[in-house]
Amino acid sequence: MKATVIVFPGSNCDRDVAVSLEQATGRPPEMLWHGSSEVPSTDLIVLPGGFSYGDYLRCGAMAAHSPVMRDVVDKAKSGTRVLGICNGFQILTESGLLPGVLMQNMSLKYVCRDVHVRVERTDTDFTRQYGNGGVLRIPVAHHEGNYNADEETLDRLEDEGRVAFRYCTPDGELDRDANPNGSARNIAGIYNEDGTVLGLMPHPERLADPQLGGTDGKALFSSLAEALQ
Amino acid sequence: MSTAAAAEITPDLVSEHGLSAEEYERICAILEREPNLTELGVFSVMWSEHCSYKSSRVWLKDFPTEGPHVICGPGENAGVVDIGDGQAVIFKMESHNHPSFIEPYQGAATGVGGIMRDVFTMGARPVALMNALRFGRPEHEKTRHLVSGVVSGIGGYGNCVGVPTVGGEVNFDASYDGNILVNAMCVGLADTDKIFYAVAGGPGKPVIYVGSKTGRDGIHGATMASAEFDDSSDEKRPTVQVGDPFTEKLLIEACLELMAEDAIIGIQDMGAAGLTSSSVEMAGKSGVGIDLDLDHVPCREENMTAYEMLLSESQERMLMVLRPGREDVARKIFEKWDLDFAVIGETTDTGRLVVRHQGRIEADMPVQAVSNEAPQYRRPWNEPARPEPLGPDEVPAPASASAALKSLIGSAHLCSRRWVWEQYDHMVMADTVVRPGGDAGVVRVHGTRKALAITTDVTPRYVGADPFEGGKQAVAEAWRNLTASGARPLAITDCLNFGNPERPEIMGQFVGAVKGMSEACETLKFPVVSGNVSFYNETNGQGILPTPAVGGVGLIDDVATRATAGFKPEDETLLLVGAEHGHLGQSLYARALCDITHGAPPPVDLATERGNGDFVRQLITDGTVNTVHDCSDGGLYVAVAEMALASGRGADIQPGESGLVDHAVLFGEDQARYVIACPADKADEILSNAGESGVTVRIVGSVGGARLTVDGQDPISLEELRTAHEEWLPRYMSGG
Repeated sequence: MKATVIVFPGSNCDRDVAVSLEQATGRPPEMLWHGSSEVPSTDLIVLPGGFSYGDYLRCGAMAAHSPVMRDVVDKAKSGTRVLGICNGFQILTESGLLPGVLMQNMSLKYVCRDVHVRVERTDTDFTRQYGNGGVLRIPVAHHEGNYNADEETLDRLEDEGRVAFRYCTPDGELDRDANPNGSARNIAGIYNEDGTVLGLMPHPERLADPQLGGTDGKALFSSLAEALQ
Repeated sequence: MSTAAAAEITPDLVSEHGLSAEEYERICAILEREPNLTELGVFSVMWSEHCSYKSSRVWLKDFPTEGPHVICGPGENAGVVDIGDGQAVIFKMESHNHPSFIEPYQGAATGVGGIMRDVFTMGARPVALMNALRFGRPEHEKTRHLVSGVVSGIGGYGNCVGVPTVGGEVNFDASYDGNILVNAMCVGLADTDKIFYAVAGGPGKPVIYVGSKTGRDGIHGATMASAEFDDSSDEKRPTVQVGDPFTEKLLIEACLELMAEDAIIGIQDMGAAGLTSSSVEMAGKSGVGIDLDLDHVPCREENMTAYEMLLSESQERMLMVLRPGREDVARKIFEKWDLDFAVIGETTDTGRLVVRHQGRIEADMPVQAVSNEAPQYRRPWNEPARPEPLGPDEVPAPASASAALKSLIGSAHLCSRRWVWEQYDHMVMADTVVRPGGDAGVVRVHGTRKALAITTDVTPRYVGADPFEGGKQAVAEAWRNLTASGARPLAITDCLNFGNPERPEIMGQFVGAVKGMSEACETLKFPVVSGNVSFYNETNGQGILPTPAVGGVGLIDDVATRATAGFKPEDETLLLVGAEHGHLGQSLYARALCDITHGAPPPVDLATERGNGDFVRQLITDGTVNTVHDCSDGGLYVAVAEMALASGRGADIQPGESGLVDHAVLFGEDQARYVIACPADKADEILSNAGESGVTVRIVGSVGGARLTVDGQDPISLEELRTAHEEWLPRYMSGG
């Protein structure tokens, strides 16, 4: 798999995700500056976490208009896999590749901690190595991760099986206390209609190494490496 | 000479600039004439306590600052220590107390930004942040607002830049009601052959301004930080700078990119006293002069005067001296990162700082005198009285030891700081192996087996009672926390927060603490490589507890061989390393639960400290134990409770046969102690090795169950302890 990580001014998880990608694929991804007008041929585009443009206007809003994003959108529409993590998820909703918005956390505070998420589908390129699904322990770190959309959109996401991950208890129950940011229907990540674009708030790249205290994030990268080899 | 700053220099104006009449005379003698307003402004910041260390310097030179691994000690932007393999760790801690009290969010945020610049200015990529925070008593009307603002300011800045905040300290005490302390520490990594200093090389080199534009914010910040507060201090809000972490992130990337080229001679961040101190310090270190043309300084406000530009403390700005001819390489990099880049002057052979603005000479003064000839004061000081020790029998026993434990661990002093550190991104960079809440934060040296352990420590109530012993203890506790993680302690940075040095009793606290710290640094081979002094933490004549915060850094050779506080398997044996004297003077138990505030703090025997620590570290590095916690605030009982809470496993504690009363064994704060857990079949061997090494170790209990039990006392469930421990801070912050 050839992966490309887009680097925006203010991206700060670009190196972290590059490490996870290299572990999964055996080769370093291409790091592409946002000012490029084109993404060279690639199997996977990653929009990393961080504070693109300082998150000053609205998280992801300015990055969505970066020069490179036009080609990212075109490539996504023609089937190139796209993964947006945290700020990357926000950029995906701002650029229209995914529906809905990420609002301020219900607590109005930044939150950085491990949460549990339920893998809702294991038949996508992003999750095929998660076996029968189950519950992952994985960190979140954001101030604007409160996913929302109108009821019709939320219903459609659920009907079409486009909810990728939901915040849950360690036993997989969906309750309010397990939801770190107030997201509608405990949604932590969603797919586009074809299941080729994934946006999620949790950071799988931060728990993909036993020294860091867990490896539940690792299979996301190895799933992609297997699917796109 | 022709100048726009033709204002008459009156005695009032001199005094408003924080300069004494004698200092003014000295300035006139140096210039051989009266200064103009701009020059007066330059002297006022360069000779402020904050920039010149005029009250502290004579004492600070006694700190041990050398060691086999020290590459650069105090005097540069940050300290540099060799960690092998061609790598160095670069770190410093600095105060941002005065601005944070006035405007907590921006004050704390810019404190974080400033300390990061001190580190990346030297060529290091920042890899970890820590902080040491002191607030007034929880009941004080401002405390909640200040906690909330400071914590979100620290998070707001560090999170955006993408450097993990891996730990710190939060204390509450009435002495900080009118003067909170915000001490921020940054740790970075660099290659030893790519370290940059604040020098100017020789004459004829271009002087470059990069980063954000200059505005009117922060003018006289350094002077504000060199005076007491009174009831009108809120009016100083305009002197607080505003931070822009996004620009800081760009500045880090741009500077590191340029540092990889062979273009920079010297570089210095524009921190306190901004353009003035950075240019004067760089020129001063290299014995050259510097000509600045302020017409080229990027400004974000109109009609700024030379005075304002020279004294502005606008954030996220750096000054560089480049190799002639390399300007275009540098310009291209800064333009890529959308940052301002301007050639604003050059170094000269005149030895003078000459500042031009709109065709006029606004300042013309000798660099050496401004940078190196600030007055040095040996201020009068009183030897602090050393209190008598408090006998264990003078402190009443609790009705129930477990209820006392619960109230301590569920109090402002010892409750969980989770509410704080969950607002800090402590995992970005994906190298954080020990998250906040333990003895030390631990981050890997990216791409290697090595790791850095980092801690901040001081126990102000000990320093208040006995500055000398308290100063020793602050260094010893930092050393112990690093040791408990399995790290070899390397060196410290410090942030010495005190009241008004013009009062002999405050100066006495300072002198005592510095002497105590020096002794501990010497014996523990733990030199001071950087630091900062913050005086005048006083409001209406009421000073803070003396608070010499210590930031320690240690090296773990193999990240797989280290220790954490949480219990691991069931049925391990608990050992207490270090002798028990039942010292309750200045203990949290005596002060918080019995309201006994007199008595000496626990003495620190540095030789024992070193022997016990070396013994424990050896047990960790040879793989014998991986569960270690230092025994500090609240004593043995609290230490074991924290280990239990970190793991969800209970323990049984045996008070032993020391002959001391139980509450002295459980809550005494004797120093040089650690609690370790080991497999039951290894306990005898450890005890016998300890005997041979002259280290006191006893079996103190065992791991297991879901309760904490003590022979002869009521048991308490972990659930009950956890609730008490976790609920205090969120409840307090939500107004409960």
